[in-house]
Amino acid sequence: MADLKIRDLKKGFEGHAVIKGIDLDVNDREFVVFVGPSGCGKSTLLRLIAGLEEVTSGTISLDERDITDESPARRDLAMVFQTYALYPHMTVRKNMSFALDLAKVGKQEVESKVNEAARILELGPLLERKPKQLSGGQRQRVAIGRAIVRNPKIFLFDEPLSNLDAALRVQMRLELARLHKELKATMIYVTHDQVEAMTLADKVVVLSAGRIEQVGSPLELYHHPANLFVAGFIGTPKMGFLKGTISRADASGCEVELEAGCRIILPRAAEASAVGTPVTLGIRPEHIGVTDAGAGSFDVTADVSERLGSDTFCHVRTTSGEPLTIRIPGDFRDVYGECLGLTLDADRCHLFDAEGQAIRPLMRQAA
Amino acid sequence: MTTSTIKTATTPAPAQPRQRKRRIGPGWFLVSPSVALLLIWMIVPLGMTLYFSTIRYNLLYPGENEFVGLENFTFFLTDPGFFPGAINTLLLVGSVLFISVVLGVLISALLEAADFGGRGVVRVLLISPFFIMPTVSALVWKNLIFHPVSGILAAVWRFFGAQPVDWLAQHPLLSIIIIVSWQWLPFAILILMTAMQSLDQEQKEAARLDGAGPIAIFWHLTLPHLARPIAVVIMIETIFLLSLFAEIFTTTSGGPGYASTNLAYLIYNQALLQFDVGMASAGGLIAVVIANIAAIFLIRMIGKNLTDQ
Ligand SMILES: Nc1ncnc2c1ncn2[C@@H]1O[C@H](COP(=O)(O)OP(=O)(O)OP(=O)(O)O)[C@@H](O)[C@H]1O
Ligand SMILES: [Mg+2]
Repeated sequence: MADLKIRDLKKGFEGHAVIKGIDLDVNDREFVVFVGPSGCGKSTLLRLIAGLEEVTSGTISLDERDITDESPARRDLAMVFQTYALYPHMTVRKNMSFALDLAKVGKQEVESKVNEAARILELGPLLERKPKQLSGGQRQRVAIGRAIVRNPKIFLFDEPLSNLDAALRVQMRLELARLHKELKATMIYVTHDQVEAMTLADKVVVLSAGRIEQVGSPLELYHHPANLFVAGFIGTPKMGFLKGTISRADASGCEVELEAGCRIILPRAAEASAVGTPVTLGIRPEHIGVTDAGAGSFDVTADVSERLGSDTFCHVRTTSGEPLTIRIPGDFRDVYGECLGLTLDADRCHLFDAEGQAIRPLMRQAA
Repeated sequence: MTTSTIKTATTPAPAQPRQRKRRIGPGWFLVSPSVALLLIWMIVPLGMTLYFSTIRYNLLYPGENEFVGLENFTFFLTDPGFFPGAINTLLLVGSVLFISVVLGVLISALLEAADFGGRGVVRVLLISPFFIMPTVSALVWKNLIFHPVSGILAAVWRFFGAQPVDWLAQHPLLSIIIIVSWQWLPFAILILMTAMQSLDQEQKEAARLDGAGPIAIFWHLTLPHLARPIAVVIMIETIFLLSLFAEIFTTTSGGPGYASTNLAYLIYNQALLQFDVGMASAGGLIAVVIANIAAIFLIRMIGKNLTDQ
């Protein structure tokens, strides 16, 4: 069992607030990923959970046990650091057995646990080497092995893959996913790479400036972002945003007049009094259609295109100067400087009010 | 520099030997001034010492300096001061090394762990003895601390109703060890403290998560991390301590008897108190041999540590 509950957690460094009130539940066997821009407090939150920083206020409890003021060693958590933090003068074997040796676990048991971890991580031939004789990916695996042998309730990872090259990162990502299933472990993982977040997580926690913006499964965040920040943060290429105002509203939906030069009717409940309020329409690159100039809802000027083979990301600019990205098939011809017509899929549009909060579609509200 | 030039000269690439040869010329030419200077610097004094050590050369008896073979060496080695001098040298070097390394590690670990106001001031105070001239600090110890009448220790002894100790007369070698340790401990602290600050914080945090307390962290992380700086401290201190002189000269003058005479002081004694340049030269050469034996052992022990990390 490993149920972590965080309640109203706050942390300041010399009066400067970094974590500004976090409520979060991490359930048993969940893979929870913290994402957010640099400096938003992801590492600090993880270190608070690990006990490496003292909380300013709030509580952390693990399986109904309050661990807020518990020493790091007695929290039953293991952490994998970004720089691995292996003990440089100990062999791989000693690195992994260090915690068990300190806990005075029997020789036989240590031996079998280390060998088991080495088997899972394929470290067998490297056990007698020193960390400096290992490659980056191997060091990373040793760091994970060091966590595994302790059989902790929760694994904590702080950007464990950010020092690896792109190919190795993909491989280690898969290994982590496999490890999570194999060990039936509970994991908390910090990253600012949203691909890692989307692919690994059962539950993504989007942080910004010390607060939680949204918690949900990767697809929930992708399809139903709660606010502009999450909408803009999740998804590559980024969601496009078009400014507009509500021009007509009734029970069946509301009509938005976009500055880009078109009106679009969206299935959103809005009161008549909402007419005239400014809103932001969000649309993902894959939900925009391209036609000839004049044939779509509005016209744009094409900027450069990025060809990835399977897809092409075509950057365009509306007449009101707002940038949009369109995702189109890979064999799209180069249209730099040309005028294109765009169509928007009204059902796939996101609408955000002036405060940046999402205005939910009609159907979901009824449900 | 010179060795690399020599290497290229002895292993010419067969493909273009001519080009190689041409490159050696200017290389030798350019390094020759420094090589020549170094050679003169070393060879001339060494040669003169060698020469002096084989002739009768006493300033009190001018006259012909006839060749005497190894007589000077036998005289120096059989001098009643030689054996105590050698033992004292070893004792001095060994105990000062031990004191400065052990206390140095402990004090710098405490400084690193403790978090109190005025840490910067304490650091400067700890390091400052190193910047005091040996003669000055020896005199301060002799007259203000060890002195049986005016010294602080004497005052303390009297306060407790005890008979003040005449440190320099009763425990001459111990007194010198204390003075020299006081001078060299700051050096050890300086090196070890800076080294300690370079210990990776995340390693310590990982160890804390692994359940290591402060003592386990010190033992398993800090000490191994300090292996190299400790080796540096031992090397450098040995070099300076083998030739310790000023502290002995200003305090005990090697006495009473030979109780605080080391080899450097013995040589001085021969050369300048007995004006026997020949015997002093022989003593100097013996000291060089002893220093080299010590150096070989040190490099065996520590050099490996220095190069293999
Ligand atoms: N020990 C500290 N003392 C003072 N301020 C700190 C300390 N540690 C972190 N901070 C501040 O807290 C904020 C959050 O830092 P944190 O390391 O948690 O960011 P992060 O989300 O992990 O960023 P990144 O993605 O770059 O690692 C930053 O503004 C940082 O300056
Ligand atoms: Mg971080």
